Amino acid sequence: MSDGLHNFWLILSKPDNVPIVLMIVLVLFYCWLAYKQARRNDRLGIYEATQSDKVQVWPYLVKIEFLVTIIVLIVLTVWAITINAPLEEAANPTLTPNPSKAPWYFLGLQEMLVYFDPWIAGVMLPTFIIIGLILVPYIDPNPKGNGYYTFKERPFAIATFAIGFLILWVLLIVLGTFMRGPGWYYFWPWEYWDTHRVVALTNVDIWEGLLGIPSKNVDGSFNLLQVALGGVLVIGFLVVLPMWIWKKYKEQSAVLKQMGALKYAMTAVLFLMMVGLPIKMFLRLAFNIKYIWVFGVGHDLFFNI
Amino acid sequence: MALKLPFVPPKPPPIEKMKKDITQSEAWKSIFRHSYQDNQRNRALQIVDNVFLHLHPVRVPRHATNYSFTWGMGGITFLLFIHLTVTGIILMFWYRPTEAFAFQDMKALMNDVAFGPLLRNLHRWAAHAMVITVMLHMFRVFLTGSYKPPRQFNWGVGVILLLLTFLLSFTGYLLPWDQLSIWAVTVGTNMARSVPLQGSEGPFSNYLGLRPDNDIRFILLGGTQVGEPTLLRFYVGHCIFLPFIAATLMAVHFWRVRKDGGISGPVLNTKASEGAKYIAEKMATKRIAQIKSIPANGNGAAKPAAPAKAPAAPKPAAAPAATPTAGAAPTAPPPPGGAKAPPPWLKK
Repeated sequence: MSDGLHNFWLILSKPDNVPIVLMIVLVLFYCWLAYKQARRNDRLGIYEATQSDKVQVWPYLVKIEFLVTIIVLIVLTVWAITINAPLEEAANPTLTPNPSKAPWYFLGLQEMLVYFDPWIAGVMLPTFIIIGLILVPYIDPNPKGNGYYTFKERPFAIATFAIGFLILWVLLIVLGTFMRGPGWYYFWPWEYWDTHRVVALTNVDIWEGLLGIPSKNVDGSFNLLQVALGGVLVIGFLVVLPMWIWKKYKEQSAVLKQMGALKYAMTAVLFLMMVGLPIKMFLRLAFNIKYIWVFGVGHDLFFNI
Repeated sequence: MALKLPFVPPKPPPIEKMKKDITQSEAWKSIFRHSYQDNQRNRALQIVDNVFLHLHPVRVPRHATNYSFTWGMGGITFLLFIHLTVTGIILMFWYRPTEAFAFQDMKALMNDVAFGPLLRNLHRWAAHAMVITVMLHMFRVFLTGSYKPPRQFNWGVGVILLLLTFLLSFTGYLLPWDQLSIWAVTVGTNMARSVPLQGSEGPFSNYLGLRPDNDIRFILLGGTQVGEPTLLRFYVGHCIFLPFIAATLMAVHFWRVRKDGGISGPVLNTKASEGAKYIAEKMATKRIAQIKSIPANGNGAAKPAAPAKAPAAPKPAAAPAATPTAGAAPTAPPPPGGAKAPPPWLKK
């Protein structure tokens, strides 16, 4: 136990992990600051500017920039004097460290590799993150909340982005950095990072676990019943569900009408893919579910989801 | 009696004249285009006449100077970029991107070069800090809805800049050429194997005949594993290629901030130009709405204090609130005209 905590402290205080601690502190502080302002605006219902006056950049803005510059440079200097950048042994391509980790800001992405195949977790999902972010202004139909903090006026947008940023990005980075030890096994903070730890992999595909239907037949071909069930679940989640919602609510919902089919489709698919990640994580971590749908075309296109 | 001569003080040095001679000289006037007297005109010229400061408009809305609103994260990111450029250029004097020298140069930098460790630490920590500030800047811009029209395009430019920040940091990660760097980069670039249609282990790789020695990862690394060609590629990418693209896009980003109407902010309500008064009125209206929702009139005299208090309290606040807020606050209830029946859901 104390070995483990000591071990955790060593990992926490690794020079390259100090920025993560800084990030956590800053993110929490700015969440509080944003929440405070949003709550104030929402309670008073003040969404218009209250001051028509402009101030001159010299000195009112330049003064602040000057001050912030000095503070940032002081912080950096103190940081640079007190903590040395890491320099390990010379590069050795024949000696793989365990665990091998990407730079800390990519560890959320590396963590996703646990749950999906590399071409999905390492290529498609990051691409969708970038495309989805660029699309955000074009698919958000809500004209309100432009230029001030609010939650009430755009609860869906704020909640989605906050969950995406705070949980699926920041929290996964923290998880990938501090909780993933040798073999990318999960370690609690009080557990020692044992390089020789072996955990019996008991992960099963969902249909085998639930109904006893194997993913592959004895001869190695895909079990068609499993392919059908998994396809229904995955395509139902990503395609049929949003289509059904569209059919059912497009007449009543002013938001859907305003968005139109194209924007709605993009929003729905991006949103459901984002929601799918924590669902899959939960299934894996709680029930050891390996895949929901095992399906492939040809030799190298596999939908192991 | 001696003749009383008038006291003649020594002549002071002609400072004023010298000052005038200097400040009126051709050389001086060619450098400084305006005097430093504190007046509105000079404050404006201070911004307009300065190539660095003219990034700013002459005047900004007051909330642009409010740190709670902006968090200053965009500006800090730019500051860190400049800081990284300066420290990076100095570091380049001490570093050769080859297998034989890279790690040796790092050792020398950390042990032999004067202020070498400080220089390297400043560069590395600023790089990490920049990743954090870029993310926080994006978070702030989202929370204030600042990507909404007319700023959609600039949000997209910002997303690309976020990506470039990650890539800049990632390429720099390899340069120390120690175990930490090559394995982090190995793990990161392994993803390129799985790119559909382009990676040797990605979908359709068999049909296209993609192998580890001809796929996209090979192009990226200049080999089948992280080696000397990778080091050179990442070095040039880190020092020239990516900063060049980032600087170009930053110019676009800043220019668009100005062209899209400066910093985002709430739409100005002309009726509410006096801020403090407006907030006070808003709060008063809110308070009245709350008090009015208490069944004050008609509902028996269970609490005799309440009916007496209710009409008295809102009166002073209500009087100034009634007229100006009427148009300004669509959500607020109509100005109090008299005793109103409580809403039906309160009658129990």
